[in-house]
Amino acid sequence: MSLLSVRGLSTEFRTERGVVKAVDDVSFDLAAGETLAIVGESGSGKSVTAMSILRLIPDPPGKISAGEVVFDGRDLLKLSDEEIRAIRGDRIAMIFQEPMSSLNPSLTVGLQIAEPINLHRKTPWAAAMDMAVELLERVRMSDARSRVKAYPHQFSGGMRQRAMIAMALACQPQLIIADEPTTALDVTVQAQILALLKEVTRAANSALILITHDLGVVARYADRVCVMYGGRIVEAGPAREIYARPRHPYTIGLMASVPRLDQEAGSRLVPIEGSPPNLANLPPGCAFAPRCRRAVDICRSERPPLVKSAPDHLSACHFHAQLSAPVGSHVGT
Amino acid sequence: MQAYIIRRLLALIPTLIFASLIVFITVRLIPGDVIDLMLSSNDIGADKKSREQLEAALGLDRPMVAQYFRWAGAILFEGSLGNSLWQNTPVTEEILHRLPITFELGLMALAVALIAGIPIGVYSAVAQDTMGDYVTRSFAILALALPGFWVGTLVMVFPSIWWGWSPEVKFTAFSENPLTNLGQMAIPALILGMAFSAVVMRLTRTMMLEVMRQDYIRTALAKGLATRTTILRHALRNALIPVVTLVGLQAPVLVGGTVILEQIFVIPGMGLLLLEAVSQRDYPIITGVFLIVGVVVVLINLLVDLSYGILDPKVRYR
Ligand SMILES: Nc1ncnc2c1ncn2[C@@H]1O[C@H](COP(=O)(O)OP(=O)(O)OP(=O)(O)O)[C@@H](O)[C@H]1O
Ligand code: SF4
Ligand SMILES: [Mg+2]
Repeated sequence: MSLLSVRGLSTEFRTERGVVKAVDDVSFDLAAGETLAIVGESGSGKSVTAMSILRLIPDPPGKISAGEVVFDGRDLLKLSDEEIRAIRGDRIAMIFQEPMSSLNPSLTVGLQIAEPINLHRKTPWAAAMDMAVELLERVRMSDARSRVKAYPHQFSGGMRQRAMIAMALACQPQLIIADEPTTALDVTVQAQILALLKEVTRAANSALILITHDLGVVARYADRVCVMYGGRIVEAGPAREIYARPRHPYTIGLMASVPRLDQEAGSRLVPIEGSPPNLANLPPGCAFAPRCRRAVDICRSERPPLVKSAPDHLSACHFHAQLSAPVGSHVGT
Repeated sequence: MQAYIIRRLLALIPTLIFASLIVFITVRLIPGDVIDLMLSSNDIGADKKSREQLEAALGLDRPMVAQYFRWAGAILFEGSLGNSLWQNTPVTEEILHRLPITFELGLMALAVALIAGIPIGVYSAVAQDTMGDYVTRSFAILALALPGFWVGTLVMVFPSIWWGWSPEVKFTAFSENPLTNLGQMAIPALILGMAFSAVVMRLTRTMMLEVMRQDYIRTALAKGLATRTTILRHALRNALIPVVTLVGLQAPVLVGGTVILEQIFVIPGMGLLLLEAVSQRDYPIITGVFLIVGVVVVLINLLVDLSYGILDPKVRYR
């Protein structure tokens, strides 16, 4: 049985421009200890999906309008406020994109790491602070004993993200959701933090949802992938399979825009042309149609359903069957 | 932190010198003249002292510069602010009697402002755009719009017309009877604190709304903290930093307010002393009161700056 099973999740925002369907009918499963990557451009609904799992969507303007989020046998969307709070930070922990602003500037780093331990385990503060030192050592912070007394502004971006990881690990959660944990960091630090995140989650046997817009990250760290576009999942499957045989023009486009290890040096990256869809007013057919080079009439009138294109490989494209050739041959066609 | 405090204290010296100059000069720009007043008042007029004699006796015949240095020198070396021109009593003594009373009134008003303003501001932010938010915000606008002297006069006049009740006119010192004293101070403190509490409330509300949008609040909620703990532990402290600044900036306004309310409620504080002194052109008292008020305001601002260090670690570690 899977640890997390998201079924038909839909989240809307009521804005002046109308109702924005930020997440529309999203389903995926995650087994214990597994790493799932959610990939997509800015605004595709990755963060909203993650926040919906823990019911952290600000209401108003947001609202989870449909679906189930079954975690460890219980639908999180049906829990009372108190019950969902008991899950947050204890069974499911979150790491956010902005290490600069995600830590409270007026509290010590140690207190912020110790806080979930004190809250969920009822551990007295002094003992929880000792555990914070151990946690900082586990994320390889040098001089952890004095660092717990420091404030966030005394840390570099990378150190803050290490502190965020330590905070997420505090109660040994079964699932960690990391929302673009390295986007705001220097390139050299990015690799260290991702490797650390992968290592500590594996050591703790936690499952990991890794949100990113970088397919290179997916190939290295994820077991499975969901590709999101316009609030929907357009392709899903094992990372290796999707990397080798993408079956959606959007994924193919994303790959062409990412440097690949097997690419000869100097070859050009091709960004996807056009802009992301307006979620308040999606076209009736395929949301990607305005930017898709393969689009034909049916794409503009009928929405392609997410169907099994190969064993354990889903795609939402009318022409998924014709897209099974290796990536290179499609770039630039 | 210690070096920071010492640096701040040293920086006070030029501020105070400048303040003393301004105080000394402006007081002598008040139209009218103490000699005229003295000559026209009966008892002294009977003495048949001439204008020159009076001026010489009061030291007013020398040039202003000389007067200033004599005055400043006496403060520095003797701790003396001179004597009252009329009563011939030391100004410091007079002020020392009055200062605690004004201080008490100001402190009570500040307490009213903070005790009412901060929780209501937090509530109004958390309940944003609900009925409760609108009610408290309308109340704040009302409290801001009503001038303290007007409310004070109403409180003095109407109860006495309707119920024959009026506030006690004879002042009881705190040391004599604390309860009676607090009862007497309560109404002026409420009136003085009310407008201030509205300002505190509005700023607290704005800052809370701002802080509640921050990423670290989302982090706190994602840890499983309840809204209440999130507000108290993660939001309030950050939201209060500008409120502390406001208190510092408003301190002189509060002092100004006490002058008026002391007059209405006949409370013998610095305000009443100042009013009497101005009407008699008793320069040493006027300059003394202004100087002490200036020093108090400067010290309050220093305290405010130091309290940043407690609230905001970025300041503490600079
Ligand atoms: N608080 C909000 N109010 C209104 N609309 C929102 C809000 N939060 C998200 N949205 C809408 O949801 C859409 C998806 O946002 P989301 O943050 O999930 O994107 P994302 O895939 O995480 O992008 P990024 O890579 O930039 O983080 C946005 O385009 C926006 O229109
Ligand atoms: S359905 Fe049509 S428009 Fe959409 S991705 Fe497939 S080919 Fe492109
Ligand atoms: Mg995001």
